[in-house]
Amino acid sequence: MSEVILTNVQKVYDNKVIAVNDFNLHIQDKEFVVLVGPSGCGKSTTLRMVAGLEEISSGEIRIGERLVNDVPPKDRDIAMVFQNYALYPHMTVYKNMAFGLKLRKYPKKEIDQRVREAARILGLDELLERKPKQLSGGQRQRVAVGRAIVRKPKVFLFDEPLSNLDAKMRVQMRTEIAKLHNQLQATMIYVTHDQVEAMTMGDRIVVMKDGLIQQVADPLTLYDKPANKFVAGFIGSPPMNFMEGMLVDEHGALFFQGGSVKLKVHEQHCARLRDVCGKPVSFGLRPEDIRDPHIAREAASDTHVRANVVVVEPMGSETFLYLLAEPHSFIAKVQGHDVFEVGDTLRLEFAMDKAHSFAHKNAKAII
Amino acid sequence: MTTRTTWIWQFVLVPLAGIFLFPLLWMFSTALKPVDQAMRMPPTWIPKAYYAPLDGVRMRVVPRGTNAVAGVIVATADNRLFVPDADFHAGRVRIIRTLRGAIVTNLVAAQLIKTVPPGFVHVLEDVDQTSMAAQRRWDYVAPALLETRTELAWRNFLAAMRVIPFARYTLNTLILCLLCVVGTTLSNSLIAYGFARVEWPGRDFYFALTLATMMVPFPVTMIALYGVFKSMHLVGTWYPLWLPAFFGGAFNIFLLRQFYMTIPQDLTDAARIDGCSEWQIFWRVIVPLSKPALAVVALFQFMGTWNDFMGPLLYLNDQSKFTLALGLQFFQSQSGGTEWHLLMAASTLMLLPILVLFFFTQKQFIQGIATTGMKG
Repeated sequence: MSEVILTNVQKVYDNKVIAVNDFNLHIQDKEFVVLVGPSGCGKSTTLRMVAGLEEISSGEIRIGERLVNDVPPKDRDIAMVFQNYALYPHMTVYKNMAFGLKLRKYPKKEIDQRVREAARILGLDELLERKPKQLSGGQRQRVAVGRAIVRKPKVFLFDEPLSNLDAKMRVQMRTEIAKLHNQLQATMIYVTHDQVEAMTMGDRIVVMKDGLIQQVADPLTLYDKPANKFVAGFIGSPPMNFMEGMLVDEHGALFFQGGSVKLKVHEQHCARLRDVCGKPVSFGLRPEDIRDPHIAREAASDTHVRANVVVVEPMGSETFLYLLAEPHSFIAKVQGHDVFEVGDTLRLEFAMDKAHSFAHKNAKAII
Repeated sequence: MTTRTTWIWQFVLVPLAGIFLFPLLWMFSTALKPVDQAMRMPPTWIPKAYYAPLDGVRMRVVPRGTNAVAGVIVATADNRLFVPDADFHAGRVRIIRTLRGAIVTNLVAAQLIKTVPPGFVHVLEDVDQTSMAAQRRWDYVAPALLETRTELAWRNFLAAMRVIPFARYTLNTLILCLLCVVGTTLSNSLIAYGFARVEWPGRDFYFALTLATMMVPFPVTMIALYGVFKSMHLVGTWYPLWLPAFFGGAFNIFLLRQFYMTIPQDLTDAARIDGCSEWQIFWRVIVPLSKPALAVVALFQFMGTWNDFMGPLLYLNDQSKFTLALGLQFFQSQSGGTEWHLLMAASTLMLLPILVLFFFTQKQFIQGIATTGMKG
């Protein structure tokens, strides 16, 4: 069993900066967990604490059944892949991969067998005698992954492994690592700041901010039911639209009102929103839930908003419209081949059943 | 850089390089000259040799100027000499000597050997040692018979190596150099690793303190250090010359520390996860990656020890333990004057290994200096 259990883990630096605060997470055996968040959120620090490269200030870390708080990295049965590959420049690809096994005094034959096996899986057979300098970024990262898998560790740790690759290579390596996870059936912890990587790779995603866990969930739950405004804004591209405003009650019907925008709240949300009636809220709606009138011909007018087109970004399959309805600006994702001009005034339908509301006070999700 | 600025740089740099090269070229040239051309001003750049018949045999000679008046070469019972015409008459030669402050004129029986018209050249047999001038053969020859050739006096090198125990001193110097280079690279790389990569309380303070020792000039510590070695009864041995190398030096520590700091932290982390101990990280990751910087340190130390004159002069008494740099001073003291041509030949021999070493390592050397403080 190679679970990783973090209990009340805290990291405080000498200068009293709290990098990670009260971190609790139970990572299942063979699970692929992604830690995601903006830079400085403590995700890398958490990973390095699991690796043993960073001491923990308080709390407990268990790998398998074993408490590893005071176990040095080499005895934790983990392997780590670094952002800048961290290959030994003076060693060939073969020696880079064999280094860890050699230090652990494995027999030569087994080292050879494991290295060649890893090279085969990663398509590095031809490159074994090259030095890292002679490899492309993608190849280097593959060697770094190879160095991890030859050790057959209980847990793999990835620290932003794809950040140094170009966009195309990143997509390719992403699927390769996902494939590798299926193949190896090992526990993996993956740190990234890229929410696309997080969404596509993780069994579960841990969203962090300022050293605190914001939400732990599988990708779709994270997308559909963000726990707070930060998660809602962080996951998804283009990000969720937010409008600041107030909930008002008009003759028993609830409306969101902010500036020139007035929208009728969907019936199924009314029950929960009635409590905050009269209080300021953040109203959130994803760009794809704003539809242009071509689609919404017959919709009722109290879910429509008139807005001016500010920027048009055609992506091919879809078009992003940057819109302004004083004082709110928001983005709508519409069909790719509809033609829009900057300056057009459109009437857009807001899919109120998909709407989110966040309390103004603590940014927590109400619906 | 544009072609134009390159041009200006070359315009400045080439003459500057020439100025710096001047003493070196003079040394090479003088090492290959016969003794009479060594100290000439302006310097003779291309060594020459003169040939003339002496006693019927054509040999290498040293020209000593021409005679202004007609004269004769005569042989007395025990000598052969050149006198002006006026001093030789009817089988007798007038010899003027100073004896106890008084001028004494003797008439000595002599036999005429040769008459010398004015403008003949006084030539002296060329032997390598000035001290044996008395036994040299000589003659006056017609200028037409004196032949000038460009000839390099390679024999100077052999002669120089005979004057001092060259092989022994070279060996002594090499042994010292080896000890110092090993000591310096070992100690400084370890100390620098401690300053660059290991966290310990007071580290930055001690690093500043280490750097501060660079401000203390050598002569200040020289006497104190001598006292230390004297109290250890090590004066007269090689220990004072190589033992300090095993204790690090501020400059080398600084150089290596700066280099180590450019090695990414992730590499050390990766090694730690791969199972390296701190020592293994140093030895198997950091050291192999620091070869250019270590080469610089080793080379500096080698040159320093090779050229060191003060150290051996202070601590060595026994001539058999001398180094080359110290041995060179023999050319100054033996036989009164300085035998410049031999001194320069010996100096060239001493310089040669350094030049060769630099020639083969200059790429690493410059790279090592250039990459220190930059991304490695």
